[in-house]
Amino acid sequence: MIEAKIFKDYGSFCLDVDISAGNEVLALLGGSGSGKSMTLRCIAGVETPDRGRITVDGQVFFDSEKHINLTPQQRQVGMLFQNYALFPTMTVLGNIMTGVRTGTKKEKRQAAEAALIRYQLEGLGDRYPAELSGGQQQRAALARILVGKPRILMLDEPFSALDSHLRDRMEREVLSLLKDYSGTTILVSHSRDEVYRMADSVAVYDRGRIDVQGEKHQVFRNPGTYTAALLTGCKNFSRISGLTTENGVTRFHAEDWNLDLTIPGNHTGQIAAIRGHHIVSASLGETNAFEMEITGAIEDIFEHVLLLRMPGATGTPIHWMIPRGSLEPLPQNTVTVSFPAESLMLLQP
Amino acid sequence: MNVLRTLDWSPLLISLKTGIVATIFCFFLGLFAARKTLKLGGKARAVVDGILTLPMVLPPTVAGFFLLLIFSLRRPFGAFLYEQAGIKVVQTWLGCILAASVIAFPLMYRNARAAFEQVDVNLIYAGRTLGMSELEIFWRVIVPTAGPGIASGTILTFARALGEYGATSMLAGNIAGKTGTISQKIATAISQNGDYLTAGIWVIIVMLIAFGIVVLMNLVTGGRNRRRW
Repeated sequence: MIEAKIFKDYGSFCLDVDISAGNEVLALLGGSGSGKSMTLRCIAGVETPDRGRITVDGQVFFDSEKHINLTPQQRQVGMLFQNYALFPTMTVLGNIMTGVRTGTKKEKRQAAEAALIRYQLEGLGDRYPAELSGGQQQRAALARILVGKPRILMLDEPFSALDSHLRDRMEREVLSLLKDYSGTTILVSHSRDEVYRMADSVAVYDRGRIDVQGEKHQVFRNPGTYTAALLTGCKNFSRISGLTTENGVTRFHAEDWNLDLTIPGNHTGQIAAIRGHHIVSASLGETNAFEMEITGAIEDIFEHVLLLRMPGATGTPIHWMIPRGSLEPLPQNTVTVSFPAESLMLLQP
Repeated sequence: MNVLRTLDWSPLLISLKTGIVATIFCFFLGLFAARKTLKLGGKARAVVDGILTLPMVLPPTVAGFFLLLIFSLRRPFGAFLYEQAGIKVVQTWLGCILAASVIAFPLMYRNARAAFEQVDVNLIYAGRTLGMSELEIFWRVIVPTAGPGIASGTILTFARALGEYGATSMLAGNIAGKTGTISQKIATAISQNGDYLTAGIWVIIVMLIAFGIVVLMNLVTGGRNRRRW
């Protein structure tokens, strides 16, 4: 359980966020330099906000008004750094021992040795971090954090330093570790897939502010803002003109696509968007169905991407993602597709 | 070879002893000063750094001047020290150590600081979030990680302290068997007696020591480096 209101002015960049999470996995999703890691550092106490209040499980870590500012040592948080920050001159066992917070040296050693077994590092206790593989380094760093029984767990881009085949495996391992962990976990990531697989709720960061925060499925289904839609993987956007609502139906003209679209219900927004996977092949006469030109095709590993455009459209072509084998043969020159109303998103800029 | 048999070896002993003790002083003071200055902000750090580096860029005689100004028995502090604590710096081995320490200190300080600056700040942050005390982080994380840089600083400090001449001759003088270091021996052998043989022997000894030190330093700091070109 965490509640954090953080304001910090860096001159050229200003962090101003308000996050809260129960005992779940909260993902901070955003581009590089959007303030995600800075938020973690403020919660950990290695960086001090100008103003704000941070509480974890009811304990005040920081309160600018009451002049409370616990040291990082007092906060007892677990932070996994991007490059793991294992101490290079200590063995793996020595590293894990530094994470044990109480007990005599002998007890610390015993706790660390037990952790070696629990985190699949048996026999590696005497090695130095540089002698470990990327996955083993990550396990060692996690073991070092978890032996200290942290009140909150923070993972800063945990898989960015790993090769892609290792990434999947470590992601599964970390997920199962998180299942055993009862506190709040904050995951910083710029990968929407990682966030979708690992998190319960998402906060989308944009230039030091939180654009959207909410339950994962909710945020991915209806991102609400352009940045959130972009970061959650949407590729097709268009400016809107002539938006009207009449008899419970919203109509508008998508400028960049040169399409007239309708959605049941009352909606507002300035940008229309649709995910490439949600476009379906259709026949003319259906709602939001159009015959479109195919201006190009991209062959991906598991899908085809067809680039579609209406005559007279000015924006970038619409990306239509089709899983391999689902549409054979692939259409040439023109195709009729529909934009299902339930998949069309109206967004704020 | 008769010369070697009758040679007074005391300058070697005095120089080595002075070098070792001064290096120990400089080691701890240098680490301490480097740690403190890194915690200072921009302008304050620039000023403090300038003061701490001064002995390295000034002529050693200027350092000797200031040391005499402080420790001479005819000056208030020097007199006070002698009368109250019985400590005499001028014309003593203590003076040798003090002069060598002051001159060699910046080498230790600057090398330590440069080595500390290379330490990944995330290691320090990690230590803090893991609950290690600041002192523990310094001695168990920062110093070992900065090890090669600190080692080369220590070796350079020793080399500089070993060969110190200007400030030493002013503060400690050249009393044979007491404050007569190798560098002073070389100078007096020639300027007073024109004894190029004795001076030459000491020159060879100093060169051998210096060469050994530089090679040692390269082994310590560059041992793991591969050929780059």
